[in-house]
Amino acid sequence: MLLQRHLTELAKHHGLLSALISRELKGRYRGSVLGFLWTFLNPLLLLCVYALVFSVYFRIQMDNYAVFMFCGLLPWVFFSGSLNEGAGAITDGGSLVTKVLFPLQVLPAVKVLAAFVNYLLSLPILFAFLLGWGVALTPKLLAFFPVAAVHILFTYALALLLSTANVFMRDTRHILGNFLTLWFFVTPILYPLSQVPEKWRTLVYLNPAAVFALSYQDLFFWGRWPRWDLLGLLALGSVVLLLAAVVIFEHYKEYFAEKI
Amino acid sequence: MNQPLAIEVAGLVKRFRRELLKSDYTTWKSLLLRPFRRDRAADLLTVLDGIDLAVGPGRTLAVIGENGSGKSTLLKILAGIYKPDAGQVSVQGRMSSLIELGAGFHPEFSGRENVFLNGTILGLSKKEINRRFEQIVEYAGLGQFIEAPVRTYSSGMYVRLGFSVAVNVDPDVLLVDEVLAVGDEAFSHKCEDKLNEFKRAGKTICLVSHDLSAVKKFADEVVWLDGGVVAARGEPARVIDAYRQVVARREDEVGRRAASRGELAAADRWGQGEVEIVAVRLLDGGGQPHVVFASGGPLCIEMDYVVNQPAEAPAFGIGIKNSAGVLCYGCNTHVDQASLGPVPQRGTVRFTAQRLDLVPGTYLLDVAVTSSEGRDYDYLVQVASFAVRGGPDGDVGIYRPPHDWSLRPRGESA
Repeated sequence: MLLQRHLTELAKHHGLLSALISRELKGRYRGSVLGFLWTFLNPLLLLCVYALVFSVYFRIQMDNYAVFMFCGLLPWVFFSGSLNEGAGAITDGGSLVTKVLFPLQVLPAVKVLAAFVNYLLSLPILFAFLLGWGVALTPKLLAFFPVAAVHILFTYALALLLSTANVFMRDTRHILGNFLTLWFFVTPILYPLSQVPEKWRTLVYLNPAAVFALSYQDLFFWGRWPRWDLLGLLALGSVVLLLAAVVIFEHYKEYFAEKI
Repeated sequence: MNQPLAIEVAGLVKRFRRELLKSDYTTWKSLLLRPFRRDRAADLLTVLDGIDLAVGPGRTLAVIGENGSGKSTLLKILAGIYKPDAGQVSVQGRMSSLIELGAGFHPEFSGRENVFLNGTILGLSKKEINRRFEQIVEYAGLGQFIEAPVRTYSSGMYVRLGFSVAVNVDPDVLLVDEVLAVGDEAFSHKCEDKLNEFKRAGKTICLVSHDLSAVKKFADEVVWLDGGVVAARGEPARVIDAYRQVVARREDEVGRRAASRGELAAADRWGQGEVEIVAVRLLDGGGQPHVVFASGGPLCIEMDYVVNQPAEAPAFGIGIKNSAGVLCYGCNTHVDQASLGPVPQRGTVRFTAQRLDLVPGTYLLDVAVTSSEGRDYDYLVQVASFAVRGGPDGDVGIYRPPHDWSLRPRGESA
């Protein structure tokens, strides 16, 4: 019931959402010489850095390693970016929180959706690389939609929780930054799952970020369907997490304006 | 009487946690060290305590009070930004708040883009903004600057654009917080015109302002908040007068306390100190220390001096400046050719003005001792300040001569 109201309010303010998302996206590179081109350049340069380090220096033995890594890296950038930005969504909201009235869940939602749009915009580059390296694009790409949907749900729930926590405990953001670094390295993004010793694999599956990374690698790189069983469980977990996040957010949101 | 009220507030109570006011954020560490220290009743500060309001449609209510009396908190509760701790609040119709002008403006965006952004934040749809866009730009008076990034705007342009968007929301209920105070003269006129237009259109307005003359002009009813409770309400002139009197009395008390400590705090001071001024007092006609004086009433200035080195015929002087730094009156014993007789080692010089015919306002006092040739022994700038109160409201300038008005028909002799 509360969840429904929370989401209806969000949907009702779609105009505001899209206005703030475009503010976020356009504002980021406004004033720079290359402007919106940075949206494409950033993932490209990121890829170059990782490709250099792991293909040239570390010499990871794997065909098309750079492209493989890219498949997992882009969604991770979306995920970690959403959480980093989302955690500060309320505290950085300033006068939008303290002086104007609108449903505040819009603010973390904007951060998550803006990061997601960025992710979508970097996909053409990924496709170009896949084709360039001779990795075939298959109809399994259709799995992107359900995977991304669950990914957004999960990310939004976490962003909602973190933005609430950060209002009351400003340390949240700093802890998060370091935690995300750890999380990144325990998630099979820079290395394939096969590099993980057999007995640890179950543990990897318990990591939601790993399930997402593996799913994207499956549908982009390996050309196979993702593990629907794991994804289904994760979807269920995400809904439960979102429910909890909404209950907490709605309970505390009346203090936001006073706390900032 | 049966018309539904536009704004209705009953038994409104708002408390803030004291912890919040100390800006003592909970950190993970403090949470771990003392997890049960929150929510104690003693940590609560009551900001609004049992407020009742009833504003009929088309009426204008003004809320006045000193800083920290809860005015802005009340407005924010009406706007729905704060939740009340107790009591009911209901506002009928579409509401727009002029609490923050230009909320969500992105400095790198053009004025045009920001109009759409800000309008959306204030609850307008894209279609509505499109329809009003020309009107908004014209009203803001930005001309071609509307295509320039907002960061290049002057603060006046910024405020005008924000105001223009906010008033074009076309609200039924308008909440206004101190916006009349920003911007230049032309802008305040524009604001006043807009408020008048809203009034004529039958909108309900709730106004928070320190500009009492504006309040008197616009409000149908005034509520005076003092320490979170309604101290008085009703007809504007009466409530404002009552408010002014209390403020004057408090100013006086504060000033007297400072004066009784006997400190000489001058903004600037020079001279060799052959003759030194050691204390300055402002007194009323009865010799009582005061810092608030009635316009047209008496004023005494006393200064205690010490002669440190033999000085020949020292002249004592005073200068009164208004808050704009304009010298309203200055003179000394030498200019006045006042014969004080011999000047002993220690003593007190008293300047008495039988009538202080100044317009109400805040004034600053300079005092000095100089030699007969005009060399400064001791010169103290802004050694004291005092307020002049009373009389009718709204006369301007510095000097208020005792006066009256009359009229005679043509042909009659005076």
